[in-house]
Amino acid sequence: MMPTQKLLERLLAPALALAFAMVIATVIVALLGEDPFHIASVMLSGSLGSLRSLANTLEEATPLILTGLCVAIGMQSGLFNIGGEGQLVVGAFIAAWLGVKVPVSNAGLHVALCLVAAGIGGAIWAGIAGILRAKLGAHEVINTIMLNYVAFISTNYLVNLPYFKKPGQIPQTFDVAPSAEIPRLTFVYNYTRLNAGLFVAIGAALLIWIVLSKTSFGFEIRCVGHNPVASRVGAISVVRSMILAMSIGGFLAGVAGAERVLGVHKHFVSPFPFGYGFGGIAVALLARNNPFGVVVTAIFFGALASGGAQVDMVTSIPRELVTVIQAIIILFIACEYLFSRYRPRMRVLKDE
Amino acid sequence: MNDVTTVISISLLLATVRKAVPLIFASTGGFFSERSGVINIGLEGMMLFGAFSGAIVAFFTHNAWLGVLGAAFIGGLIGSLHAFVTIGLRANQIISGVAINLLGTGATIFLCQVFIHGERSFSLGQGDRLPSLGPFIPLTYIAFILAIGAAIFSYYTVGGLRLRAVGEHPRAADTQGIKVNRIRFMGVVASGICAGLGGAYLPMFSGSFAKNMTAGQGFIALAALIFGKWNPIGALGASLLFGFADALQETLQGRAHLPAQALQVVPYVVTMVALAGVIGRSIPPGAIGKHYEREQPEI
Amino acid sequence: MVSSRKGKSQGEGEIAVRMDAISKRFGEIVANDGINLTVYRGEVHALVGENGAGKTTLMNILYGLVKPDAGTITVDDMRLPVERGFLGTDYGLGMIHQHFMLVKRFTVLENIILGFEPSRGGFLDLRAAVRKVEDIMQRYGIEVPLDRRVEELSVGEEQRVEILKALYRNSRIIIMDEPTAVLTPQEIKKLFETIRMLVDSSHTIIFITHKLEEVMEIADRVTVLRRGRVVRTRRIDEVDPEELAIMMVGKKIEAPRRSKHAVSMESLLSLHDVSLRSSRDIVLLSSIDFEVRKGEIFGICGVEGNGQDELFDVAIGLQKPSSGRILFRGKDITHLSTAKRRALGIAYIPPDRVTMGIVAGMSVKENMLLGRQREPGLSGTFFLKEDAITNLTQRLLKTFGINPPLPDAEIGTLSGGNQQKVIVARELSREPSLLIASQPARGLDIMATRLIHDSLVKHAEAGGGVLLISADLSEIVELSDRIGVMYKGRILSILERKEADEEKLGLLMLGFAQ
Repeated sequence: MMPTQKLLERLLAPALALAFAMVIATVIVALLGEDPFHIASVMLSGSLGSLRSLANTLEEATPLILTGLCVAIGMQSGLFNIGGEGQLVVGAFIAAWLGVKVPVSNAGLHVALCLVAAGIGGAIWAGIAGILRAKLGAHEVINTIMLNYVAFISTNYLVNLPYFKKPGQIPQTFDVAPSAEIPRLTFVYNYTRLNAGLFVAIGAALLIWIVLSKTSFGFEIRCVGHNPVASRVGAISVVRSMILAMSIGGFLAGVAGAERVLGVHKHFVSPFPFGYGFGGIAVALLARNNPFGVVVTAIFFGALASGGAQVDMVTSIPRELVTVIQAIIILFIACEYLFSRYRPRMRVLKDE
Repeated sequence: MNDVTTVISISLLLATVRKAVPLIFASTGGFFSERSGVINIGLEGMMLFGAFSGAIVAFFTHNAWLGVLGAAFIGGLIGSLHAFVTIGLRANQIISGVAINLLGTGATIFLCQVFIHGERSFSLGQGDRLPSLGPFIPLTYIAFILAIGAAIFSYYTVGGLRLRAVGEHPRAADTQGIKVNRIRFMGVVASGICAGLGGAYLPMFSGSFAKNMTAGQGFIALAALIFGKWNPIGALGASLLFGFADALQETLQGRAHLPAQALQVVPYVVTMVALAGVIGRSIPPGAIGKHYEREQPEI
Repeated sequence: MVSSRKGKSQGEGEIAVRMDAISKRFGEIVANDGINLTVYRGEVHALVGENGAGKTTLMNILYGLVKPDAGTITVDDMRLPVERGFLGTDYGLGMIHQHFMLVKRFTVLENIILGFEPSRGGFLDLRAAVRKVEDIMQRYGIEVPLDRRVEELSVGEEQRVEILKALYRNSRIIIMDEPTAVLTPQEIKKLFETIRMLVDSSHTIIFITHKLEEVMEIADRVTVLRRGRVVRTRRIDEVDPEELAIMMVGKKIEAPRRSKHAVSMESLLSLHDVSLRSSRDIVLLSSIDFEVRKGEIFGICGVEGNGQDELFDVAIGLQKPSSGRILFRGKDITHLSTAKRRALGIAYIPPDRVTMGIVAGMSVKENMLLGRQREPGLSGTFFLKEDAITNLTQRLLKTFGINPPLPDAEIGTLSGGNQQKVIVARELSREPSLLIASQPARGLDIMATRLIHDSLVKHAEAGGGVLLISADLSEIVELSDRIGVMYKGRILSILERKEADEEKLGLLMLGFAQ
């Protein structure tokens, strides 16, 4: 396995980023006349202090695991998929559609159908950007941003159609059939919204780890991410690897949308709660695209979110402090990348 | 046909211009940054900073022009953050942009609650807003002057030639003694200033600041820049087109069979089509997204 | 004033450029090692050497783009501020890079004036610029349409823009880095006329090339570089091309090491009338016809840049030939993908280790797997066979003496020689019937070179075939059974080893067919 020293080296940068962000957060809190230690203890109790807060933390972490994996597998193939947000919304809508409209009495079957269909929707959404990049060289970052908005707008259109819309002011669907609901983990805490989607997310992390490190196909994806020219010489289809990496990521983001609908909200609403897609970017960056790292950092960001909500309630510090911390972490990691992986290598790319 | 004649009216044209103004500012900003070789997907965040700082300064000083200046200053400051991180520390330009957008959503609402005691929005009094000058507020005219000025700068001045050169082929510029990274830094700061002004337009026009009030207009501005083939006049045209689509969908709401969303989606779809090169391919600056350093051995 | 300048260097009077004890290393690679170079005013000074000899680095140092670790530079009796950093344009130096430094989307005029724009109050004064440039064009007889975009120009025109750029800045010393590499014969002729014109108006030209016929035609003096050092500087009338060729590639041409053994007549790989044209319709390969037989090492020699890389690409399927057929054991593989060719039993060592051969950032073990990730022995339908891969890696690390022998080490931490051994080990352990090896020992030390050569010989003696492409003449002579000489995309001649001596090969490499 990996030598300890190397592991420590790899953990150093994320640790520094965290420390840096915490220092800034402390300064901000102190400037606003609050006691940083008090805030920290509220944060801690709000995220881990009770079964209730723990459940909140894990509930927030569930979609972040999936969207974090979405970004991570794209990065492994050298592509930056910042369209998790849109892929999630597509998945969420499809899940609500099938959850409301398809009469399946078997609960397990109904949920599985919704999850898979949502995943496929997300996969197609991301796959479009993948194909445009691999075949035409159109930048995946721009296209995934554009596809995000196309997803928001088209689901907004669809949910307003009489076929889907629940009568009333808000553009939302009816609640999904009970057979399509993902069971909540009430054994943790009675009124929690934490649901079995957590296990799906962790299972997905395991699966992605296996695919990336144990299969020939995952090996090809990683090769393409590191050196597409040598990969081509090494008889790897770069185009196929890129498209598949994007689509798998989109699938996961789509599943995240389904989890939100079937396990938490019970319906699709437009605009759909925002931020898990972009949160996934922070998660993947901090986890350095490692699937298990994604689980850990997603739970960390989940804890920040639920702790932040607590802080918002009981102190004068707004919960958006958490978003600021996330942004600082990303900025710091962005710089760190330079010093390690993206150090310019001596390379002369040949003309095609 | 009757529908069409009734909706195409003076008020629709005025609405088109009003919708286009923030896009013109921000896409012109995008031009300065991207043409120098630095991707700026942080326009959205920079606009949001501009919207908030413009509103908050005007709110406290009761001087709208100070608000506009404040927005330009804070926009430039965020621009210099992007420049410092991506050029000075050579961070990934996309990641930095994502962080700035996130910082924009977080910090503006955070600060709003700090300054306005727990509120996530606030209104400007009549005296805190820019007065109308003819049918528009003065920022509208400034936007057009800025875009046209950027075009003149770009194609008729020494600075413009150099800005485009460092974005296309930094090494060629460097071999002629042009300071590549200094020009890029200035381009990105200018980008932030423009985006900040575009953000300031929003509360100045609507009379209030609200959480996430840019609502993706930074990304539409990016789309306008790309659809306008990375040049200021093209971006101006695209901004007006997108503004028209937006104004039209508002006018048509409830009146026509065409769903509003079909018009909303226009900017994004045409941008993807242009980028893919299906019709009138839009080609990005040659060195966009790439760091430049002089000493790279050629083996 | 126009005169034949051949052999009439303007005396060895005034010194234009003097570089003393220039050294530069990039990481582990020593690019320049104590180089001294003197260039006289008004001469054409050729700088020759193989790829990686350090020519371009030396000239980048002279122009100020690369800062040397040590050494001094004097131009026209003025000591350049090497430590502080400088740019050649400020000292009358112009440089025409191998990859042109032109902004494709700019017009010719914009490219010429960039950095030195005539202006009025910040606005470009294009009229003044046109006047000045047209004046220069007239004086030197160089014609380029000024309002055209560079992307619409031919390569020859682009080069003329570069020359105009240098003249526009009043450069008296012009460095040309492999200026003929991309030109047609007609364009080369035109370029040489321009060079003569420039020298007649007392410009100094430093001309980097590895084409020796050009040196003989245009240069007054020549300096040969090898592995970052100066081999010699000679007047052109005191030297002949064969001698230069030997100086360039190294004197050591040993007696063939291989014992006589039977080469079967059975053909493994054969190319039939294979041609390749670039997208700009330049002929890269022209009517290539040869075969590699079982048990044979078939060598391709030639000065670099004569189509060897393209031949490699076509042979392994990275590029499809424009015409002609490629057969492998009698089966037509012209349209097969790289993956399918590998599956048939073709292995290869690519010419550029770092960009094409290894995946930096991944482990040695993973690099051993590159290109083999779908082989039944190493991978099932989905899952890689971890144990098999680890065992294979450990075995190969030992057999090939790769250091450090750690399967999980990141390949970038290995020396170049050990990286190359990983590639060779990976390819040969597949037990291919044909190995295509391009520049297999480039840049390696003696021990690594020997090991790799032995592996190639062993492979041939075991009944496999080897197509060896190399710019290193001694390597070719030492190892090959038959030798094809490549020149301008063609195989000029195929020689049996016993009839090939260095003199004959040297002449053929320069395009002198008997």
